[in-house]
Amino acid sequence: MTVTSPVATDTVLSMQGVSKRFGAVQALKDIELDVCAGEVVALVGDNGAGKSTLVKTIAGVYSPDEGDMTFDGRPVRVSSPAEAQHLGIATVFQDLALCDNLDVVGNLFLGRELRHHRALDEVEMERQSWQLLRQLSAKIPSVRIPVASLSGGQRQTVAIARSLLGEPKVVMLDEPTAALGVAQTAEVLNLVERLRERGLGVILISHNMADVMAVADRVAVLRLGRNNGVFDVSQTTSQDIIAAITGATSNPVSERAARRTSEESS
Amino acid sequence: MSTTPSTPEQPGGPAGIEEMPAAVPADLQDERLIASRGVRGAVSVFTSRLRSGDLGSLPVVVGLIIIWGVFQSLNSEFLSARNLVNLALQSAAVGTIAIGIVLVLLLGEIDLSIGSVSGLAAAIMGVTLTSRHWPLSAAVIAAILTGTVIGLAYGVIFTRFGVPSFVITLAGLLGILGLQLYVLGKEGSLNIAFTSALVEFAQQQFLAPAVAYGLVVLTAVAYLVSRLRSRARRAAAGLSTTPAWMLAVHVVALALVLAVAVLVLNQDRGVPYMFVLFLVLVVLMDLAIRRTGWGRSVMAVGGNVEAARRAGINVRFIYLSVFALCSTFAALGGILAAGRLAAVNQSSGGGDTNLNAIAAAVIGGTSLFGGRGSAYSALLGIIVIQSISSGLSLLNLDSSIRFMVTGAVLLLAVTIDSLSRRSRVAHGRA
Repeated sequence: MTVTSPVATDTVLSMQGVSKRFGAVQALKDIELDVCAGEVVALVGDNGAGKSTLVKTIAGVYSPDEGDMTFDGRPVRVSSPAEAQHLGIATVFQDLALCDNLDVVGNLFLGRELRHHRALDEVEMERQSWQLLRQLSAKIPSVRIPVASLSGGQRQTVAIARSLLGEPKVVMLDEPTAALGVAQTAEVLNLVERLRERGLGVILISHNMADVMAVADRVAVLRLGRNNGVFDVSQTTSQDIIAAITGATSNPVSERAARRTSEESS
Repeated sequence: MSTTPSTPEQPGGPAGIEEMPAAVPADLQDERLIASRGVRGAVSVFTSRLRSGDLGSLPVVVGLIIIWGVFQSLNSEFLSARNLVNLALQSAAVGTIAIGIVLVLLLGEIDLSIGSVSGLAAAIMGVTLTSRHWPLSAAVIAAILTGTVIGLAYGVIFTRFGVPSFVITLAGLLGILGLQLYVLGKEGSLNIAFTSALVEFAQQQFLAPAVAYGLVVLTAVAYLVSRLRSRARRAAAGLSTTPAWMLAVHVVALALVLAVAVLVLNQDRGVPYMFVLFLVLVVLMDLAIRRTGWGRSVMAVGGNVEAARRAGINVRFIYLSVFALCSTFAALGGILAAGRLAAVNQSSGGGDTNLNAIAAAVIGGTSLFGGRGSAYSALLGIIVIQSISSGLSLLNLDSSIRFMVTGAVLLLAVTIDSLSRRSRVAHGRA
């Protein structure tokens, strides 16, 4: 797998020493994370490792207790989701937040509709929708059907496409392939690669090792609210990553894999 | 699955009228789209939509035809010009209230106090007009603003304290009825002079035949022009366009329906001013819902509040504006009803006003579950309800039967709504 992308050199988002406490719980402790333009960074970790907290901190839902954030070379403080969006950090949360009764165009442009003589400019919105979806090679049969009638992967596509309308520099995807079928997962992974080609920094949260190995350039592992290693996907195996996630080389996943291989060979 | 390589911005070009443009429009390139062209295609699209439960206003139109057929066979007076003019006059006031109900239903909320608000507005107008001798315009404006203020209060309570709209407006139903009785005072009943412009407007003013036909032509032309303009813009943007024959069918159908209605009503007194006002309000609200950012926000909030909020829509403002509009329409409806009766009394806005208005919106096809519906459901629904009421009174059946029949029709309408909703979910059209 070659992951040398020409633009993957300048860091667009950088977190240094970020900590976050919830009462007695240290959710994040001294987290470091760098994302370059044109790079997919997978954020992995077990349940409760702090992935969601970190994403919400970047997205401006939580403000960190300590630590610094640098965006596009400038130190920034993000105190609200709107501010994060304004900076150029788009987040697609797991529940997608689509309006089922509106069509694809309505959802894509929700809250930032185009006007034509003060009325909605449906024609221009539809044209731009197609343009955007084509750029993403998205497989949406019609943009004039209610979002409810789309498959899970297509809904994910609409949600991701919507996040791109604000011209972000970093896109965070929270478990975009959870609850998707095989073909739909592949579609979303293609979409992630398309985002990388556009020079965006992508933070991908996933539990699925196969997805992570397939699409990510680097993998940042969180364990119990701390950094537990950053791996270059081209020089590592999913074994190493699982070991970092669980914190041990001997873990249920590797034991199970070892047992299966020994059974097959016997 | 490979899509045919194609540039996204092919100018489709208005290449002839009936023939297909040389390049496939941007929105028809996906090979999974079931191609449907020509008359047969249009019919098959329509039937498949119906099968999947996307009924739109079809049940109410079919229901109306059945109701009219039944009553006409029982009493040949029913479809007479005279009775239809009365029907139009009776529909306008409650229909206006129903427009407001459509709006709150689109948000998935409810307003139970519209009857009381319409009664209070009528009382305020009556008292300021007769006892205080205000000019009519001032009295009407005061009454309408009262409605607006009440709606704003509902909106504030709803958005600040999160009290369910059902409870807020149930309290309003009682409280505002009390306020109405208080405003009316001891007499309890006020007559508005027959010479008052309001009463004349609501009872005796009809469009001259030439004006009525002129309006029909004007409406059809305006519709045609707006369709042609959007068609040209779509073609310029490389999107698919409605075939010319279908556009012609739509325009001719609209003109025909309006012309026949005017023709029939002109046999008697003509098209009432009040009904024209109601129609104009329906069309304006329909445009506001479908064509403005505000309307899109209303639909979004009705579909998924959280999504709307995250998209940066000012959800509070949407709730406030809709509750305020609903009560404003209720107040206006109350004034029209007072004008039609030439009187205001303690039972103004009481009785079945409330439920007729809500039933009209639901029977017309606006979903109780929010996010689906159109302003036209107020028009269709109120005509159904008034037809039942007028038909039964022509048969000399008293109000006990009327309540039961209206109740049954309402239940049927809500059942169809629930069933079609389930079917829409199953067929992916929710």
